[in-house]
Amino acid sequence: MNTPGISKEDQERLAQSGIDLSMENRCGSYLQMNQEVVDAECSQEGIEVLSYKKAMEKHDWLQEYVWKAVSKDKDEITKYVAAQNDPKGYVIIAHKGSSNILPIQACLYLGRETIQHVHNIIIAEEGAELHIISGCTSGGHVGAGAAHYGVSEFYVKKNAKISFTMIHTWTENIEVFPRSASIVEENGVFLSNYVCMQPVKKVQMYPTATLKGENSVARFSTIAIASPTSYIDVGSRAILEAKGASAELITRAITRGGTIISRGDIQGKSAGTRGHLECKGLILKDGIIHAIPEIVGMVVGTELSHEAAVGKLAQEEIEYLMSRGLDEDEATATIIRGFLDVKIAGLPDALQKQIDATIDVAEKAGF
Amino acid sequence: MQTSTYTDAVNRMLDIEDLHVNVGDKEVLHGIDLHIGAGETHVLMGPNGSGKTTLLMALMGFSNYKITKGTILFNGEDVTAMHADERSKRGIGMLFQRPPTISGLKLGKLLTAISHDKTVDIPGLAKSVHMGAFLERDINKGFSGGEIKRSEVLQLMIQNPEFVMLDEPESGVDLENISLIGNAIGALLEKEKRIVKRAKSGLVITHTGFILDYLDADKGHVMCDGMIKCHGNPREILKDIKQRGYRECVECPHA
Repeated sequence: MNTPGISKEDQERLAQSGIDLSMENRCGSYLQMNQEVVDAECSQEGIEVLSYKKAMEKHDWLQEYVWKAVSKDKDEITKYVAAQNDPKGYVIIAHKGSSNILPIQACLYLGRETIQHVHNIIIAEEGAELHIISGCTSGGHVGAGAAHYGVSEFYVKKNAKISFTMIHTWTENIEVFPRSASIVEENGVFLSNYVCMQPVKKVQMYPTATLKGENSVARFSTIAIASPTSYIDVGSRAILEAKGASAELITRAITRGGTIISRGDIQGKSAGTRGHLECKGLILKDGIIHAIPEIVGMVVGTELSHEAAVGKLAQEEIEYLMSRGLDEDEATATIIRGFLDVKIAGLPDALQKQIDATIDVAEKAGF
Repeated sequence: MQTSTYTDAVNRMLDIEDLHVNVGDKEVLHGIDLHIGAGETHVLMGPNGSGKTTLLMALMGFSNYKITKGTILFNGEDVTAMHADERSKRGIGMLFQRPPTISGLKLGKLLTAISHDKTVDIPGLAKSVHMGAFLERDINKGFSGGEIKRSEVLQLMIQNPEFVMLDEPESGVDLENISLIGNAIGALLEKEKRIVKRAKSGLVITHTGFILDYLDADKGHVMCDGMIKCHGNPREILKDIKQRGYRECVECPHA
């Protein structure tokens, strides 16, 4: 993969975000630096990775998918992205029956003090299986005023599956406002994983999955650490609209002095639906973890539950490990590592390993 | 039964002198003297709540068990003020009766962490105590009584301490598992070696005495109300307790 003008140090940050520059374990990639599309390619048959512009030129029918999952007028962020004359971003289409075992990587690199805006459209057609890893990174040197506005619209058709793993490796000057939503049809599966282990000034997002088709599934997992200057406001929402639809929302939040607002919302609008929401928070240094789990049941036959807990590391657990010869720092890191260990059902090994590796980097640095 | 302390042991491993331990604001142990020689295994008996677990936790170095007076010498070195990890590194280890559940921490990962840089055949050892299928499970989460004990023994096998404390190793263990656990503990204490060659020592809390079949314990002690009231042959003490309960110990004048 060609990465002109990215320093070696920033290449390492890209790697932490799951970007494999060698392309060895990836089947396709999209690279956008600031507002410039550098690369869009895919070697997997049946899957297209295109820049937004090229995709719109190539496929007229894509118009039906633009601003359909996310509303253009939702807020200032979506309005800003919608107002662009030359929209950037990527379109990934997994055509009927196609699948990729090796994920496609989408890399959004922010190298200077500007607003990076993207509009992404991801479609898995009937029976297709599509795995994407999105690594969002800024240059280590980028100062105040840099922001990332990202709109992503996901369409999971009948019997299709999309997994989207987003790893943020920003710096403490960056503000990030993803706006994403997915529409999942019959028997479709949507997996969304979010990992943020590094400092960031502000993240604010509330991705939503609307489960329109019978027996559709959404699973959201969020793993976030707030360093002292970080303000992370992340949620996930599932709207269960068809019989048999189910959703699971799992969050692990750690503060080292910063703020995490962990929102969750499951709405049961149809009978025969189930949803569960789980948020666990760990306060390592005085900061804020504010869990706001909401479940809204509207019909007989929807079953929703939530659990939320915020606490500290248990001294008893630390000393148990110390009695086995681990020093206090090792014991603490080992327990935190366990706390963050969320195995995501249905995620390919390569992606689970990438998530694990990203957490391992943070562990080595002592969280 | 004799009431003297052991001044005759040549190679002392553990010397506890006048140990006082608080749990919270309350003094639980009131001046414990205990001496364990290299290669010896001692048994600690006593009614529930008498302070046996407190003694083990204080010896291991848990911060909730505050030593207010007295000293602990391990192989001649004063470890009284040391943290649990420093004691562990010097060769003190413990089988916990109720170890904590640590969410997300896999047994296998913990074993790797315990082994540090040593080359250890973790899967092989796990298999030997029928824990092969538990390496990817969260430590102690949903483990049965026997599984907890097997996991504890497995951790100790890798840790390989010189001095092993065992807090009721047979509690919650079915008859089938007791021989497995008993034999594994026997191996930890080098019970297969001839007495003169044994270097490992142990301190075992037991109520039933089942574990004694695997240990040939050298000495027994009875603790009541935070004090060691008497010493003697472990099997004789056990027999006495089985016949007459702890009442006589509680009333024993030799304290």
